[in-house]
Amino acid sequence: MKQALRISCTRRNLKVVRDFVSDFLTSYQLSEVQINQIVLAVDEVVANLIIHGNGEDESKHLDVRVGVQDREFGIELEDTNRTSYSPGSYQEPDLQEYVRIGKKGGVGMMLVNRIMDRVEFTTHNSHNICRLYKHLI
Amino acid sequence: MKITQNSTDTTLTLILDGELDASSSVLLDNELSKPEILRNQKILVDCRQLNYISSAGLGVFISHLQTFQDANVKLVFFNMQEKVHNVFEILGLDSLMTIVPSSAEAEAA
Repeated sequence: MKQALRISCTRRNLKVVRDFVSDFLTSYQLSEVQINQIVLAVDEVVANLIIHGNGEDESKHLDVRVGVQDREFGIELEDTNRTSYSPGSYQEPDLQEYVRIGKKGGVGMMLVNRIMDRVEFTTHNSHNICRLYKHLI
Repeated sequence: MKITQNSTDTTLTLILDGELDASSSVLLDNELSKPEILRNQKILVDCRQLNYISSAGLGVFISHLQTFQDANVKLVFFNMQEKVHNVFEILGLDSLMTIVPSSAEAEAA
């Protein structure tokens, strides 16, 4: 089963994507904690794409496609921004240090990497695609 | 996101209602950034109606924690839903922050 959604790049649409993913997952007999984890991981990447990748430009769009195959949930997030968002050199942060210096951001991808089984960022002809996968237990 | 405040001489209770994400977390940041908040001995955060928290919401608490500790202001979370508590656990924040089950335990903390 697959479903798709297109949103404009504004923070107001974060909840739209969360509700879309949550509604999609309700038929897979998952716990509230499991659904929340997947929704959270998606929300973190979508927020990064909207805010950092597309500068909250509402004229730009993000395509969201979700599906499940052999009990593996997969989501594709695609935009056409020239400057792709890709945390290629990601290093897990030291949270105690973040507390000490009062750092406000930087733990989103830590959540994504700890929750999802696979995280992929690819760029092809100015189409940036992020794919997240999680086996549904 | 709705934030309701109850204040006594020494304690400020923030009642969070809704979803704390990259869109709404600025409201919370504004509240926690007010200089007068450091006059409290305790800030209790009632999370019963907090249905969702993302890294943006967590980041607000992370960014103020040291300031509160330096000013001897204790930050205590209570009534946290399991799915929200799980997000703190994923990052290990439950060992850096004080999270208790009930308001009675929050007041005694």
